[in-house]
Amino acid sequence: MLRTSARSTQKVALVFIWGTGAVALSILLVIIGYLFVRGLPEIGWSFLTTPPQGGLSGEGGISTVIVATLYLIAVTLAILIPLGVGAAIYLAEYAPANRFTALIRYGTEVLAGVPSIVFGLFGFVLFVTALHFRFSILSGALTLACLLLPTLIRTAEEALRAVPRSHREAALALGATKWQTVWRVILPAALPGIITGIILCIGRAVGETACLYVTMGGSAGMPDSLLSSGRTLSMHLFYLAMDTNAIEKAMATGVVLVIVIVISNAMTNWLSQRFRARMTGGA
Amino acid sequence: MRSRYLTDRSSRVLVLVCASISFVILLAIAVFTLKESLPAFQQVGLLDFLFGTEWRPSDGKFGILPMIVGSILVTVGALLFAIPLGVGCAILLAEVAPHRVRQFLRPAVELLVGIPSVVYGLVGLVLIVPLVRQIGGPGFSVAAGVIVLTAMVLPTIVSISEDSIRAVPKSHKEGALALGATHWQTIWRVLLPASRSGIAASIILAMGRAIGEAMAMIMVMGNAVRIPTSPLDPARTLAGGIAVEVNYAAGLHQSALFAIAIVLFLMIIVINSIALIMLKRGSHAQDVC
Repeated sequence: MLRTSARSTQKVALVFIWGTGAVALSILLVIIGYLFVRGLPEIGWSFLTTPPQGGLSGEGGISTVIVATLYLIAVTLAILIPLGVGAAIYLAEYAPANRFTALIRYGTEVLAGVPSIVFGLFGFVLFVTALHFRFSILSGALTLACLLLPTLIRTAEEALRAVPRSHREAALALGATKWQTVWRVILPAALPGIITGIILCIGRAVGETACLYVTMGGSAGMPDSLLSSGRTLSMHLFYLAMDTNAIEKAMATGVVLVIVIVISNAMTNWLSQRFRARMTGGA
Repeated sequence: MRSRYLTDRSSRVLVLVCASISFVILLAIAVFTLKESLPAFQQVGLLDFLFGTEWRPSDGKFGILPMIVGSILVTVGALLFAIPLGVGCAILLAEVAPHRVRQFLRPAVELLVGIPSVVYGLVGLVLIVPLVRQIGGPGFSVAAGVIVLTAMVLPTIVSISEDSIRAVPKSHKEGALALGATHWQTIWRVLLPASRSGIAASIILAMGRAIGEAMAMIMVMGNAVRIPTSPLDPARTLAGGIAVEVNYAAGLHQSALFAIAIVLFLMIIVINSIALIMLKRGSHAQDVC
C-alpha cells in the first residue's frame, strides 16, 4: 500500500520537475522567438552601416553604436586584463594562507555582488567628476573594468590552478625563478582558460547597461577619442525603447545583442572543453 | 644573472598590487558613496530618509520607503516563482533528464544567463506590460516586474543549485536506493537535504541580483514613487530610482541618490555575506562526508 503511494508521489513530482524544465525552455523560446520575429526584418546592410539619428526620432541604423561598443570593449580590456590576470597570478601562485589573502578574497567576492548602478555612481563621482574625464568612453571603460574585475580574477585563477603541479616542479627543478616559471610555463599553459574568462567578460560588457548609462553620456555620434561620449548597443536599445516609438529598431538591436551573446557563449564552451581536455589528458 | 632575480622580486610585488586593487576599489566605492551621501543623511535625517513616504526632490522631500517597499515586493515576488521553478529545473538537469535533453537544456539556461537585462526589459515592455494591462491597471506594474525578474534570476538558481546537487557524493544516493527508496524519495529526502546550503546560496545570490537590477525594472514597472496597494499598481525600486533620476539630479537631490546607493550597498553586503557563509559551510559538509 505504502509502496503504491510512494510511486504515485514520484509520478506527480516528476511531472512537476519536467514542467519546470518546460517553463524555463519556453521563457527562452518566447524571448528569442519574439525578438527575432519582430527584429530580424529590420536588420540589413543599411541598418548596420548607417548612424542613428539620435534624439526622439529613433530612425537610422546602429553603425556608430557598434563602433562605440567595440571601442569601449577594447579600452576596458586594456585596463582589465593586466589587473585581473595579475591578481589571479598572485592568488593562485603566491598568496600565503593568511588574513591579508582572506581580505583580498572577501573584497573580490563582495565586489562581484555590488549592483551595476552603484558602480555607475562610483564611476560618476570619481572618473566623470573628480578626474575630469567627463561623460566618455574612458570613464565608461574604467567603471566597466572595476565591475568585471572579480569575474576575470575568478576565471583566470581557476585556469592557473588547473595547470598540473608537475609543470611547476619541472621548471623550478631546471633552475628557473618563480617568475620565470609563472611567465614562461604556467601562463602559456593556462592561456586558453584565461581567454575563456576574457570572452566571458566581453559577453557581460556587451550586456551591461546601468553602470554605463551613468558614465558614458549616451551621445549617438561617432566617437573620435577616448574622451568622447558614446552609447553601447545595450544603451541604444534602452534609449530606443524608452524615449522613442522605434520599437522595431530596439528589437533589431536586441537581435544583434543576442547573436553576440550566443557567439561568445559558444566560444567559451568550446574553449573550456578543449582546455579541460588538455589539462586532464596527459599534458 | 642578477637581473632575473630582480625581475622575480619586482614581479611578485606587481602581482600583489594587482591583487589588492579589487579590495581598494571596494573601499573606494564605499568611501566615495558614503561621502557623497552625507549631506542627504544630515539634512533629511536617517529615519525620515528611510521611513518617509514622500519623494519630491523639488520640495526637498526625500523619503525612500516606497522604493524600499517596491524593491522588496518585486524581489520576494520573483523569488516565490523562481525558487520552485529553478530548483525543479536543477533537479531535472542533475538527476532526471536523459543526456540528450540535458544537452540542449543546459545551453538554453546558459543563454538565459547571458541575455542582457535591457533585452528582458524590452520583451517585458512589449509583451508582458500589455498582458497585465488587460487584467487591469496601467500595465506598468509590480506584477510585470515580478514576471520579468523571475525570468532573469531563474538561471542563477538553476546553475548553482544543479552544481550543488551534483556535488552530493554518489554513495548517498546509492545508499538510499539500496534501502528501497524510490528515485523521488532519494531526491527529496537525501539529495536535496544534502545540497541545501548550496541551494540556499543560489537563492540568496539570486536575491542580490534581483535587488540590484535597475534597467529592466525601470522599463516595466512604471516608476511611480507610491507604495503600491495591488500587484497591478506601478512602483519604483531602489536601483531603478537611482537610474531614473541620476542624469538630471544635482545638489541635495544627487546626494540623496547616493544615500539610496548606500542602502542598496548595505543590503547587498549582508545578502552576499550570508551566501558566502552558506557556500563555505556547504563545501565543508561535503568534505566531511
